[in-house]
Amino acid sequence: MIAFLANPQRFMALSAWATPLLGAIAVLLFAIGVPWALFVAPADYQQGESARIMFVHVPASWWALMIYAFMGVTSLVGLVWRHALADVAARAAAPIGATLAGLSLVTGSIWGAPTWGTWWEWDGRLTSMLVLFIVYLGYIALWAAIEDETKAARLAAILCLAGLVNLPIVHFSVTWWSTLHQPASVFRAGGPAIDRSMLWPLFVMALAYLALFGALLLCGMRAIIYRRRAQAAIARRARSA
Amino acid sequence: MSALYAVFRRELALAWSAGGGAIAPVGFFLGATTLLPLAIGADHELLRKAGPPLVWVAAALAALMTLERLFQADLEDGSLEQLFLCAAPLELIVLAKGAALWLAVGVPLALAGAPAAIALQAPTALIPLTVASLAVGMAGFIGVGLVGAAVSAGVRRGGVLIALIVLPFFAPLLIFGAGVADEVQAGGPFFLLSGCALGAVGLGPILAAAALRIQAG
Amino acid sequence: MGGDHHFQASLSVERLTLARGQRTLFSNLSFEAAPGAFVELRGPNGVGKTTLLRAIAGFLRPASGRVAFAHIEEPALALHFLAHRDGLKAPLDARAHVRFWAGLLGGRSDAADTALARVGLHAIADLPARVLSQGQARRLSLARLLVAERPLWLLDEPASGLDTGGRALLAALIDEHRARGGVVIAAVHDDLGPGPTRAIELTP
Repeated sequence: MIAFLANPQRFMALSAWATPLLGAIAVLLFAIGVPWALFVAPADYQQGESARIMFVHVPASWWALMIYAFMGVTSLVGLVWRHALADVAARAAAPIGATLAGLSLVTGSIWGAPTWGTWWEWDGRLTSMLVLFIVYLGYIALWAAIEDETKAARLAAILCLAGLVNLPIVHFSVTWWSTLHQPASVFRAGGPAIDRSMLWPLFVMALAYLALFGALLLCGMRAIIYRRRAQAAIARRARSA
Repeated sequence: MSALYAVFRRELALAWSAGGGAIAPVGFFLGATTLLPLAIGADHELLRKAGPPLVWVAAALAALMTLERLFQADLEDGSLEQLFLCAAPLELIVLAKGAALWLAVGVPLALAGAPAAIALQAPTALIPLTVASLAVGMAGFIGVGLVGAAVSAGVRRGGVLIALIVLPFFAPLLIFGAGVADEVQAGGPFFLLSGCALGAVGLGPILAAAALRIQAG
Repeated sequence: MGGDHHFQASLSVERLTLARGQRTLFSNLSFEAAPGAFVELRGPNGVGKTTLLRAIAGFLRPASGRVAFAHIEEPALALHFLAHRDGLKAPLDARAHVRFWAGLLGGRSDAADTALARVGLHAIADLPARVLSQGQARRLSLARLLVAERPLWLLDEPASGLDTGGRALLAALIDEHRARGGVVIAAVHDDLGPGPTRAIELTP
């Protein structure tokens, strides 16, 4: 499968129709999920209507994490098997992951305002997400700072793998730290189980995010490949002059 | 063995000859810990609480200062390639460089933690523990710093980039390091800090060496 | 410096293709270097002379083809690489450099002073690299070739910065090395002095 997709021509041909298809699926799923989440699903019996932000916040947090894991896998593939397309995938995924991490932070903060009575709580999960957000920024900045793209890809892959080792440790340390400094929040330690009537729209929203990620990822990868071709053409012209 | 010793000795000589080695980071560290009470006020009670974490933040920032030129200088002046041509594995060569940096800068910085902690109203009984934990923490900072320095060695004026890359890795060390000073938790955090530092010192050189091979390619 | 020692190492470059980024520098280059060989690499700037030397040294992986060594167990331990840049540290003195190389590259540390004398830097061995002229810095990096005995010398424009005396020294070092069966591969702009056994003109 990887070998099949590693051919750039084949990838471009495949992604030419897969991108709009995934985009359409994302639109469809959002069209189902958003009204369901906002109007059909019951309001939380403790938090009222404000808890509906969960349908935006929770999938953003999930996928912000999962995209980093995805980048870890593609980085490893790029490093070990030297598949150029794997590097492109990791690079294109990073801004999407960063955006979702940012979305998770903003919505978490907005959710926190009525729930905790403050815009920001140094809660274990929010703090871990903040660290993940910074990790994303560092990864993107490293890519941007290195001119030689082959080197940038391999160095960024090493950074990504290091981050993959680091994140569970950060999560553990932050959790350790937040239990030391404050009492457990409403959301941790089991908490009230989510009702099934809320779980279904949550899944639809999560799938919508996934489809959107797929579409944006392919878009980003195509943009990177086109830019490479353009740069190669420019370099050829400079040499022929 | 002699290759590792040669690298270690040369790094020490370089650290102490160029720019005074530990003087700049230690000076920065003391300066930062002086500024902090000026900003938050001289209230002893407040300082006693905020002191140890502030010492750790200052130490982390001081550690960052030492990283930018660590491999960049070798990459620029052509001495990096020589490190590939010796009998010792590159991972151990990198470890030797890190060890020299720790001895030249990390240990003096940990020692400077004593006056800083005293000035910040830390209980005297905790000073040895603070110095010891800072020394362990500096080893961890340098361990992860090796990776940040290696991946951005080719970037001009990469100091800010290294800081951005490395700071998330500093978080666990900082958390457990500052936690050591919490009298209630005596023992546990120091153990966790040492574990994190050991992991950083073990894994850091491996990843940094891989990055350096890419830099040379 | 063990003049009786006779090197046996040789290498062959087999259908080597090198690329920088997306761009192919040259393709299917093949040549051999037997003991005593002196191979000159010529060609315009940017054609890949340095990249070829770095590929032979094993610093970078070729796009295709390979470099095969004979009578060499570990290529990295059998070669000297003299880059454009001298690899000097401004605050350290000349002797510290040579001793460091001896330690790093597995040479004898008592060879340090002999090597410094040979390259004509004995009198200023205690001066920091900062104050050395370009020619002196180059001579110092030539001393690296002498502190550790290695059969394969990869030299990237070794004469740059050298005056007439320095060039004569370089030519003598190359001749002696070849006489002992050593292999020299050098990227050059103009003749180094010793006649090459083979000159390779790299073209894009």
